[in-house]
Amino acid sequence: MFEQFTHLADWLVYDLAGFSVTTKAGDALHFFVEDTAKIFALLLVMIYLIALVRASLNVERVRDYLAGKHRGVGYLMGAGFGAVTPFCSCSSIPVFLGFTSAGIPVGITMAFLLTSPLINEVAVLLLMSLLGWQFTVLYIVIGMAVGVLGGLFLDSIRAERWLQSFAAEALKRGQQSSVSLTAEADTQPGTESNQMTLVERHNFAKAEMLEIFGRVWKWVIIGVGLGAALHGFVPDGWIEAHLGDGQWWSVPAAVGLGIPLYSNATGVIPVMESLIGNGLPVGTTLAFCMSTVAASFPEFILLKQVMQWRLLAILFAMLLCAFTLVGWIFNYFYPMF
Amino acid sequence: MKTIKVLGSGCAKCTKTAELIEKLAAELGVDVRVIKETDAQTIMTYGVMSTPAVVIDEQLIHSGSIPTQVDVSGWLQS
Repeated sequence: MFEQFTHLADWLVYDLAGFSVTTKAGDALHFFVEDTAKIFALLLVMIYLIALVRASLNVERVRDYLAGKHRGVGYLMGAGFGAVTPFCSCSSIPVFLGFTSAGIPVGITMAFLLTSPLINEVAVLLLMSLLGWQFTVLYIVIGMAVGVLGGLFLDSIRAERWLQSFAAEALKRGQQSSVSLTAEADTQPGTESNQMTLVERHNFAKAEMLEIFGRVWKWVIIGVGLGAALHGFVPDGWIEAHLGDGQWWSVPAAVGLGIPLYSNATGVIPVMESLIGNGLPVGTTLAFCMSTVAASFPEFILLKQVMQWRLLAILFAMLLCAFTLVGWIFNYFYPMF
Repeated sequence: MKTIKVLGSGCAKCTKTAELIEKLAAELGVDVRVIKETDAQTIMTYGVMSTPAVVIDEQLIHSGSIPTQVDVSGWLQS
């Protein structure tokens, strides 16, 4: 269903601009035009449709839902909601504190916050169109697993010991009153979702589409641009020869490089496509890209407001181990498919 | 005079919200003091989870997005 974009790029790059099919520049430019056009079209249509459906979902409702839930299902639901609930990464601290003061365990809150940047509608769409559905399913499963297991781990070491004191107190207060809080939430009359009209949903979806598109279009261009450069100019086989399967250290090195770097999923997925196309092993690619998306220096600095250094260091080490494992496992098993 | 607080950890949307309020207040000739509140602990005390949020005279009236011009004018004139 995506051939139109190939034709469009053929026409623009080869016919109109007069590039030759055989040159590297023509090849790179064709790749860039085709992917950008395809991604932009998909984004506009799909963000609107998805926003229409989830118009009534927001962090406040997720909190009320998660508060007082049994821990067993809590992690899975935390990660699941993280994947589908839209929120700006600049809200992570208020969300963290909001969840915490509702008495939700740190592990469940972190399952939500870790999964949220990794999986969202834009990421899933890009993966589907660039790397196919099998890869997309794999990506979602890993993203959820990192959230769930990370959350379980943090609670098992009682990570709440290393919160900043005001956050720890808020958690304690929240847990004492969480029973009454959920009871209160249940008795609240009719939730907004039932009362939202089609027009309201349309307005929300339109605003959401423009907002998200306005935010991500430059990332798409940067990501696809980098991808196109890799595609056209890095010699075939270079990546495979230097960073291929043989080097076990390439995975932890990629993750160590990726964690402090910041990108969002939108920018990084086109780069993933190129890296895999150029022969970088799937596990190494996944490990690098997921670690750039899941964590970054600016985010750690924000988290410092609510966590002590010790917990931040643990979080960093945990992510390093998690993504390294993901990388190794996939480098080992993926070629067997 | 109204004291208006814009809550948020200093992201672009929060700055825009504060600017919008200041601009409309000047246009309408309403005397306001706009404060940008970025401290996580203070934001928590208002029970806000999605920023930017707007607090007028210690009352939380909006959260989660840049408010519309119509909304802001309404708050300023009420």
